[in-house]
Amino acid sequence: MTGAASSTRSGWLLSLPALVLLALGAAGPLLIVVVYSFLEPGEYSGVVWNFTTEPWFRVFLERDIFDGTVSLADAHLTIFWRSVKLSLLTTLITFAVGFPTAWFIATRPPSSRAIWLFLITIPFWTNLLIRTFAISEIIRNQGLLNTALLKFGLIETPIQILYTDTAVLIGMVYVYLPLMVLPLFAAIDRFDFKLVEAGYDLYASRWKVLRRIVLPIVRPGIVAGSILVFVPSLGAYVTPRILGGGKNMMVGNFIELQFGQGRNWPLGAALSMLLLLIVLAALLAYVRVTSSERPQ
Amino acid sequence: MSPSAIEIVDAAKVYGYGASAARALGGVSLGIRTGEFFTLLGPSGCGKTTLLRLIAGFEMPTEGTIHIGGKDMTAVPPNKRPVNTVFQSYALFPHLTARENIAFGLQMLGRPRDEVASEVEKMIALVKLEEMADRRPGQLSGGQQQRVALARALAPAPQVLLLDEPLSALDLKLRKEMQLELKRLQTETGITFVFVTHDQEEALTMSDRIGVMSGGRLLQVGAPREIYNRPVDRFVADFIGETNFIPAEARGDLVRVAGVDLSLPGAGNGPVTLAARPEQVRIGSNGPLPATLTRTVYFGTDTHCHMTLSDGTEIVARLQSPPSGDIGLRDGQGVRIDFAPGALQILEGA
Repeated sequence: MTGAASSTRSGWLLSLPALVLLALGAAGPLLIVVVYSFLEPGEYSGVVWNFTTEPWFRVFLERDIFDGTVSLADAHLTIFWRSVKLSLLTTLITFAVGFPTAWFIATRPPSSRAIWLFLITIPFWTNLLIRTFAISEIIRNQGLLNTALLKFGLIETPIQILYTDTAVLIGMVYVYLPLMVLPLFAAIDRFDFKLVEAGYDLYASRWKVLRRIVLPIVRPGIVAGSILVFVPSLGAYVTPRILGGGKNMMVGNFIELQFGQGRNWPLGAALSMLLLLIVLAALLAYVRVTSSERPQ
Repeated sequence: MSPSAIEIVDAAKVYGYGASAARALGGVSLGIRTGEFFTLLGPSGCGKTTLLRLIAGFEMPTEGTIHIGGKDMTAVPPNKRPVNTVFQSYALFPHLTARENIAFGLQMLGRPRDEVASEVEKMIALVKLEEMADRRPGQLSGGQQQRVALARALAPAPQVLLLDEPLSALDLKLRKEMQLELKRLQTETGITFVFVTHDQEEALTMSDRIGVMSGGRLLQVGAPREIYNRPVDRFVADFIGETNFIPAEARGDLVRVAGVDLSLPGAGNGPVTLAARPEQVRIGSNGPLPATLTRTVYFGTDTHCHMTLSDGTEIVARLQSPPSGDIGLRDGQGVRIDFAPGALQILEGA
C-alpha cells in the first residue's frame, strides 16, 4: 500500500521535468496566443493592450470600409476550405497508397521486413525544404516530367502542375506517406492471417475478407495513420509555400502572412486558435472512434 | 449418389523448388465415406495438417486430385468448397460477437436475414452458448471459444467438417468433455468429420475410422480396433498404444522366442518381429516363457511389470492392480510369461 503510494509520488516527481517543459513550451505560448487574439493590432507589428473581439469577428466576417455592411470573409473561408479539402485528400490518397505498401511489408519474411521499413524512413534523412524543391524541379514546366512527356510526344505543351492545388497535393502525399505507412504496418503486423483463411473458409470473397475482417481489425492503425497525416497537413507551411506559390495559400501560410507582411498579430492569433480547434475536434473524433468499440 | 464424401487420389505436396524443395505429402490416396468420423493420426510433421489444408483448399496439391461430394475440387478456391474448418487456434473474428461469428458463413452465402438469425439460434443452442452469445471471443474461455468455432463451422451445414487439432489447447478434463461433445454433434448433424490429431487415445475413442500417417505417407487405414489389434508395421504398432517388440525365429506354425517354441499358426519361416500389447501379456506360474522381473511401476488402476527374457529382450506386462495395490511380485523374482490367444502379431517390414 505505502509502497504503491510512494511509487506514485516518485512517478510524479520523475515526470516533473517533462511537465515543466510542456508548461513552458506549449501551455505558456498557447496562453499568449489566446490573449493576443483578443487585442488590437499594433501599427507596424505587435499588439496594443486594448481588449476587443474584432480579430475573431474578422476571421469569419468582414466589414466594408465605405458603407460598413457586414459580409462573410470569403477569402478566409476559401483558405480554410482549401486546407481542409487538401488535407482530407492527402489523407485519403496516402491511405490508398499506404495500405497496400504496409500490407506488402507486413507479409514479408521478418528478415527482409527490416529493410523495407528502413527504406520507408529514408526520406526523413533529408531536409523537408530540399525534398520539396526537388519535387518542384520534377513537376515544373521545364522539369523532368514535362520534358519527358514532350519528348515522347505524349503532350504538345507542358502541363501546368507547379503552383496549383495538384502540386500541393503531390507534395503533401509524398511528405506524409511514411506517417501513414508506419502505423498501418504496426496494425497489420499484429493481424492474425489465420483469420483471412477462416474468412475464405466461410465463403467470403477477397473483397469481403478485406472489408469485413481485415479493415475492421486494423482500424486503430488506419485511424492513427489518418490523424498523423491529417493534422500536420492542415497546418502545412513549407509545401504549399513552395509548390502552391502565392495564390494557393493554406492556413499555415495565411497565418504566417498575418504575423509578417499583414502586420495583424491578433488576426493571426485568432486564425491559429481556429486551426487548433479544428485539430482538437479531429482528435476528439479519433478518441471516440477508438474507445467506443473493442474491449480488451 | 456417391458414398464417398471425399476421394483423394495420389495427392502430393511439395513446398519450395529445386534443392530446397520439401515433400510434405507423398502420393496419398484415400476415400472418406459420407457421414463418418474419420481421423488423421500421426506425429507432428507427418503431413496430416497438409492433407487437411488440401481438402480445405488453402493449398493446391502439386500432384493428384481431390473430389468432394463427387465433384473435382482440386483447383477450386476454399470459399467455393462445401467444406468448413475448425482451426487449431480457433481463428475467431475478434471484432465480432459469438453470434456474429456464427452468422458469418451464412451471411457470406447470401442467405436471407431471418434464415440466418434462426440458423444461428439453432447453432447457439446446439453448442449450449445461450448465455455467451453476445460476448466477443476475448471475453470467452478456451472451451467456450472452441464451441463458437464449432458452431461457426457447422452453421453453413457443410458436406464435410474439417477439424485441425481443435482440442490441443484445452486442459485434460475439458478435452474429455469436448471429445464427447464432438461425437454427439457429429451424430446429431450427420456431417462427415475429418479430424486431425496426434493424440492416439483421442483417435481411438472418437473415430469410425483412422488413417495413420508418417513421413507424408498414409500407413494404415482402418477402424480403431483394427488399427490397435492388427497394426501393419512397427511404426503404427508403436505410435498407437504401447507395444512389446519381440525378435523371434518363425518355423511353420511355431515361433521361437528366447529358445522357447510358441504356437503361432501360419508364422512362416525366417527371422520376424512379434508385437504384443502389454495388457495381453500374462504372468503366472505355468506360462511357457521364463523371465526375470526387473521392476514394477504402480499406475493406480494397473501395474506395469518390466521383465527380461533369457536372451535379454525386455517385455512389459500391464496387470490390473488388485484391491490391496500389491500384485505380490518382487523385483528380481523369476516368473513365467504367457500370451492371451491372438495377442502375438507378426509385423511386416521388421
